[in-house]
Amino acid sequence: MKIAKTRMLALAAATALLSISHAFADELSIMASGGAWQDAQRKAWFEPFSKETGAKILEQEYLGDLGKVKAMVDTGNVPIDLVTVETATVLQGCDAGILERLDYSKIGPRDKFIEGSALDCGVGLDAYGDILAYDPTVLKEAPTSVLDLFDTKKFPGKRAMRKFPAQNLEWALMADGVAPADVYKVLATPEGVDRAFKKLDTIKKDIVWWDAGAQPAQLLASQEVVMTTAWNGRIQNAIDTDKKPFKVVWNNQILEYDMIAIPKGAKNPELAYKYLAYISKPENNAKLASYITYGPVRTDAASFVAADALPKLPNAPDHLAGAYLVADTEFWGDYGEDLVKRFNAWLAQ
Amino acid sequence: MSALQPSELDRPALARGRSAAGADPGTASAALRRAEFGDRLRTLALAAPLLLLLALSFGIPIVLLLSRAVYDPTIADALPRTSQALAGWNGQGLPGDAAFTALAADLSDSQAKGTAYELAKALNARLPGARSQVLKTVRQLEGAGGKPPLDIMKSVPFWSAPGTWPTIASGTHAITSFYLLSALDLRWNADGGIERVPPEQAIFLQVFARTFFVAAAVTLATLLLGFPLAYLIASVPKGLAAILIVAVLLPFWTSILVRTAAWTVLLQKFGLVNDLLLWLGIADERLDLMYSRIGLIIAMTHIQLPFTLLPIYSVMRTIAPSQMKAAYSLGAKPFTAFRRVYLPQVFPGVMAGCLLTFILCLGYYITPALIGGASDQLISNFIANYVNVELNWEMAAALSFILLVFTLGLFGIFARILGLDRLKMV
Repeated sequence: MKIAKTRMLALAAATALLSISHAFADELSIMASGGAWQDAQRKAWFEPFSKETGAKILEQEYLGDLGKVKAMVDTGNVPIDLVTVETATVLQGCDAGILERLDYSKIGPRDKFIEGSALDCGVGLDAYGDILAYDPTVLKEAPTSVLDLFDTKKFPGKRAMRKFPAQNLEWALMADGVAPADVYKVLATPEGVDRAFKKLDTIKKDIVWWDAGAQPAQLLASQEVVMTTAWNGRIQNAIDTDKKPFKVVWNNQILEYDMIAIPKGAKNPELAYKYLAYISKPENNAKLASYITYGPVRTDAASFVAADALPKLPNAPDHLAGAYLVADTEFWGDYGEDLVKRFNAWLAQ
Repeated sequence: MSALQPSELDRPALARGRSAAGADPGTASAALRRAEFGDRLRTLALAAPLLLLLALSFGIPIVLLLSRAVYDPTIADALPRTSQALAGWNGQGLPGDAAFTALAADLSDSQAKGTAYELAKALNARLPGARSQVLKTVRQLEGAGGKPPLDIMKSVPFWSAPGTWPTIASGTHAITSFYLLSALDLRWNADGGIERVPPEQAIFLQVFARTFFVAAAVTLATLLLGFPLAYLIASVPKGLAAILIVAVLLPFWTSILVRTAAWTVLLQKFGLVNDLLLWLGIADERLDLMYSRIGLIIAMTHIQLPFTLLPIYSVMRTIAPSQMKAAYSLGAKPFTAFRRVYLPQVFPGVMAGCLLTFILCLGYYITPALIGGASDQLISNFIANYVNVELNWEMAAALSFILLVFTLGLFGIFARILGLDRLKMV
């Protein structure tokens, strides 16, 4: 009996020691939305950071919905230290208490970030464009604007759009004649929302919906659709590495920022801050552009971007020559939840 | 089962004894009941570890999650003073200033406690648009700068709008029927009656109907394919039957995700199925099979085929071929022999296979998400969306509850028609 007891104690002590040593191991767990973008982050940031600090980076992937993070925070078991989020969801996560409010003194000067890319609960990683992509070998006539999505007469066939209200509603209003500067004003009114959905109704039967960032390139390649909305880097990646003949339409693109956040209750917040400080240095922030065509969010990083990457970025002068819209984070924080609900009801009908 | 055998053997004799005793509540029958009760306890004791495991790992979590459909204390917890102030309110017009002041105090507290967002979300679920109003008011109360809370409450039109206070009052009861009603496209109207929601918000009945339609279509398709195939396997020599069974079971060893992904390759515009249809001249242009109802049913039928086939096959194997020969020799035409001799015997297997497939189809999620279009999403896709994207777990629980009730109801009907003991599973 006594022997058993001692053994039990030894076992308990060993388990306790194991868990303590595990807590002290320098491991940083990052959840991002996968694909070419995560590969680029690995080359530009994860690996160099590991080399510099000796911390081991554990990667996870997800689709960008906060449900997974909420479940972790609610159950008090948060196995990740950092999570990439988009502007449309970062405020929601902030209000819901799912994401930590960031202490910028540990990251970098907040005024050196492009406006709207340094938020209370999320710090910008890169600037990307929501663009239109097509395959010129399939589509004989070249679209000249993202809004050509809505022109089924001139461009018959299926088109793919993201299964999410953000961007689609803005484009619908612009296609319906609203100037980019007024889009969010109009969308903040019930009539404006009705108007956007009515415009989407006109092409509803021609739309294939995508969820993951890698899908648009696949849908184009399998000729399932004649044109698709996409994140510009994913299409550029298909052009450069997979040698696909795709073309990008920049006119009427929507500019957005990828964000990264610390979930509430993360086990290793100090190391997470260290990572945030590392990637926010202008010279490091500019590195991502060498692996995927997303621009830096630091205003002082432009000079560090590799020369051959510069002309392909969404905020390159050529790409801002036509109309463009900057996504409004505040708007999506206020109205996002109701619009997602409305959008899903609309999809189901 | 061996532990039961002695009592199993005793029981018929004892039962006869009881029927002989008739309605006389004699000591013999009491002793018998005690003995039987003891038997049952012993049986239960044997199964106790299993039952405990089931309850802990399966039962309790499900009950806890489903309880969220009717139990939502978010509003009541966040607004204790308001609940008190509204206790004597008749629900007509606006409550007195005391209620406004109480609400202002509760809202300020909720900001400090970090429950403001949850409160805003819970109110928003019942009253669209409430979320931003609550958060705005909370921010205003925070930066009041000496302005009385009551004035701030009165300056936001939302708090004096009709419908706001009745919603708050209904929310102060932790037990709510709101989510279950929503899951059936119903809601409470202002007069305390139940009405249908406006058509642009009504989706769930449609989705439930769609889910049942797809499940029925897939069940029928697997039966039409599976029945003849099962007959073939049951009637060929053993060696060939083994090969055929392996061919049927092969998909079982690949994950459902892989099989679904394979179908996306086959069904796409320039995929094999379209190539074949063109080559055979069945279609004269490439069909849109991906993101369509028909593509979804094809893929689900393939995945479900073994589930329907195996119970049918296991019953067919037990039917001697000589029975049909006997029927012919007694003058029955082939179809009559099939209908009156063969079909009644395989019927339990057919029912079991169909029921298994039908119920499994009700829960399909990955396949509709990857192969179905926006209007082919089944109820599970909506449950997942409420869990993952909208973070509205109460609604997810309510939809799950309705689905569970439907499924159990269906199972109950089958059991009544057929008797559970006749459902022959593999």
